[in-house]
Amino acid sequence: MEKLPELRNYTFNFGPQHPAAHGVLRLILEVDGETVMRVDPHIGLLHRATEKLAESKPYNHSIGYMDRFDYVSMMCNEHAYILAIEKLVNVQAPIRAQYIRVMFDEITRILNHLLWLGSHALDIGAMTVFLYCFREREELLDCYEAVSGSRMHATYFRPGGVYRDLPEKMPKYKPSRWHNEKDIAEWNANREGSLLDFISSFTERFPKLINEYETLLTDNRIWKQRTVDIGIISAERAVAMGLTGPMLRGSGVEWDLRKKQPYEIYNQLDFDIPVGVNGDCYDRYLVRVEEMRQSNSIIKQCVEWLQKNSGPVMIENHKIAPPPRVEMKKSMEALIHHFKLMTEGYCLPEGEAYAAIEHPKGEFGIYLVSDGANKPYRVKVRAAGFPHLAALDELIRGHMIADVVAVLSSLDIVLGEIDR
Amino acid sequence: MIVSSTLLAIWVFIKTVLIVSFAWIVAKILLIVLPLLFMVAYLTFLERKVIGYMQSRIGPNRIGPFGLLQPIADVIKLLTKEIIIPTPSNRYLFIIAPMISIGTAFAAWAVIPFSKTWVLANINAGVLYILAISSLGVYGVMIAGWASNSKYALFGALRAAAQSISYEIAMGFALVGVMMAAGSLNLQTIVNAQNGNIFHWYWLPLFPLFLVYWFSGVAETNRAPFDVAEGESELVAGFHVEYSGTGFALFFLAEYANMILISALMSVMFLGGWLSPFQGIPYLEGFFAWVPGIIWLLAKLSFFLFCYLWFRATFPRYRYDQIMRLGWKIFIPVTLVWIAVIAFAIQFKIAPWFSG
Repeated sequence: MEKLPELRNYTFNFGPQHPAAHGVLRLILEVDGETVMRVDPHIGLLHRATEKLAESKPYNHSIGYMDRFDYVSMMCNEHAYILAIEKLVNVQAPIRAQYIRVMFDEITRILNHLLWLGSHALDIGAMTVFLYCFREREELLDCYEAVSGSRMHATYFRPGGVYRDLPEKMPKYKPSRWHNEKDIAEWNANREGSLLDFISSFTERFPKLINEYETLLTDNRIWKQRTVDIGIISAERAVAMGLTGPMLRGSGVEWDLRKKQPYEIYNQLDFDIPVGVNGDCYDRYLVRVEEMRQSNSIIKQCVEWLQKNSGPVMIENHKIAPPPRVEMKKSMEALIHHFKLMTEGYCLPEGEAYAAIEHPKGEFGIYLVSDGANKPYRVKVRAAGFPHLAALDELIRGHMIADVVAVLSSLDIVLGEIDR
Repeated sequence: MIVSSTLLAIWVFIKTVLIVSFAWIVAKILLIVLPLLFMVAYLTFLERKVIGYMQSRIGPNRIGPFGLLQPIADVIKLLTKEIIIPTPSNRYLFIIAPMISIGTAFAAWAVIPFSKTWVLANINAGVLYILAISSLGVYGVMIAGWASNSKYALFGALRAAAQSISYEIAMGFALVGVMMAAGSLNLQTIVNAQNGNIFHWYWLPLFPLFLVYWFSGVAETNRAPFDVAEGESELVAGFHVEYSGTGFALFFLAEYANMILISALMSVMFLGGWLSPFQGIPYLEGFFAWVPGIIWLLAKLSFFLFCYLWFRATFPRYRYDQIMRLGWKIFIPVTLVWIAVIAFAIQFKIAPWFSG
């Protein structure tokens, strides 16, 4: 008997070297013409065994690793980790440190959403928004640099507070062959004062800049055609699949850890939680843009408080937090504390703690198990992006190839966090 | 003996005439192609500069004064790179494809009138020739996509083929409108038919066709927002994903030559070609009478080229099926309706445009 011709779907490989794969994601797409029948994400290409590495190091040494999970929202990752440690030792950071942490959490949220907006727009083909977003990101990264000396991997939050108080001056641009004194003076205009002045001037300007992005996108017919009704997920499914953050709020579920389980000083701040209606790419876009405006207002409130109130930024308990360097030069006690902390670290009481924060991408949690040693017994990271990527197949099925890119970037995934 | 020497003299004469006329044609071709290559090179430079300033950055500024030598550096880089021919590809087609692209992109320029007397081939079927040649251009893309034997390239080629075929129909209909209005297929006659003043140019009486032809032209050249065939974020580089070095350079050259071609056609058919925009205005017309026609043509052409870059910096990319919908369900009906309107206007000799 003659064999019937076999019809097969076309399978093709999307990534890991693909301009829209957001890092090193590899997708196996099964397509029928231009329609996607199945998406199979292959992860693990960026696996660095961070969770295992953390088990062999004193607690404080791993803070820097946390930055490298979701490498576009660095301080938020640190925040979850140090909150877990603080929960286990049962200490609380001084109020000023809490304000600084919240301020930098929100700066990080804007950083993350700007990068997301830029790359989302670039994936859909709107190139200009990408560069506009990066223009503003640059200034926020300068804040990171001013406070920690590093533009990305800050390691600024420490158990018991933050590494140091906010600096009194901002780094400035220098003239070069390509930019003369006059341009530079203009660029440095808002860098003359302290970091807080700089951030405050940024918050004044930022809402207008968001309007600029929105002019290019929100009412653009092509943008709407590309995002409205693409990658819909209902509220029930979103909850069932463990989606959090803007992915969940885009579907209309008002769930935000900053409101529902307030940590630090979030309950003293005034802000709203934007939610979507349809749970499509467009709603997720609107939610994130509105979140940037809300974050901006939170930063404004923090700056106001920080300008009025001063105080310590680190707890006095030198079993956890190192003593100031000046004191160390004079006091034997302080020197011993310093030596112990820098070599052995500190031991946490036996037990376990789970601390979660509202990360820009969703719920980012650290589950910490201690056996009483100076190293964690186990660190488990609950990455916000992981369940989002797991939902990809359900979101994309039946859409077209071009929509894979739109939906994938609307998930706001970072492979550093997913592969860990 | 006398007969044979006469024959020889005639033969030598014919040969000389042939050689001279052939050399003259080649010289004329070079006169078009060399400035065109120069324009393409500096269009890429301009694109990077214009989009750069739109995106609040500077663009190339390192090589030469104001970065003016950047295109030269790019050309040298591309020409000296290794040409990689993928093992599973079809070698011959893989190499021929970019040649087809560049060949058709340049061939279409033969009938473009640059001024009242400057045209390489003043043929009566100029518009038809343009349609035929620009349709051939898609073969370069299709063959490239197929010969590469890569899945991304194949997708790009399929999209390009479908898109070009769909938009060619809309473009064809728009040209039918122009042809009816001018009563000729000769591009020189079409320009002359627009003589009068700026409101006699066909952009106004044929306004819907003007828009349809312009957007179809953008789609036909695979430029943003219709660049699905090479859609960077979806298909990486689409049909030319496997090309490197000179092959890639040829595709690039063809794309930009086509952009300039579409802009030139827009100027010729809807903005009065080499006609002065000050025609019919009492004092200005005399004041600008000394400006040669080609300057006006270049000015109009530059406007459209600028729009190309402007679109690229502003719009997100359409999805493949949305492009098809736009072409079939909007552009083609619009052109059909307007052709009926023109037919009506011509039949009843509606002044001032269709009174002739």
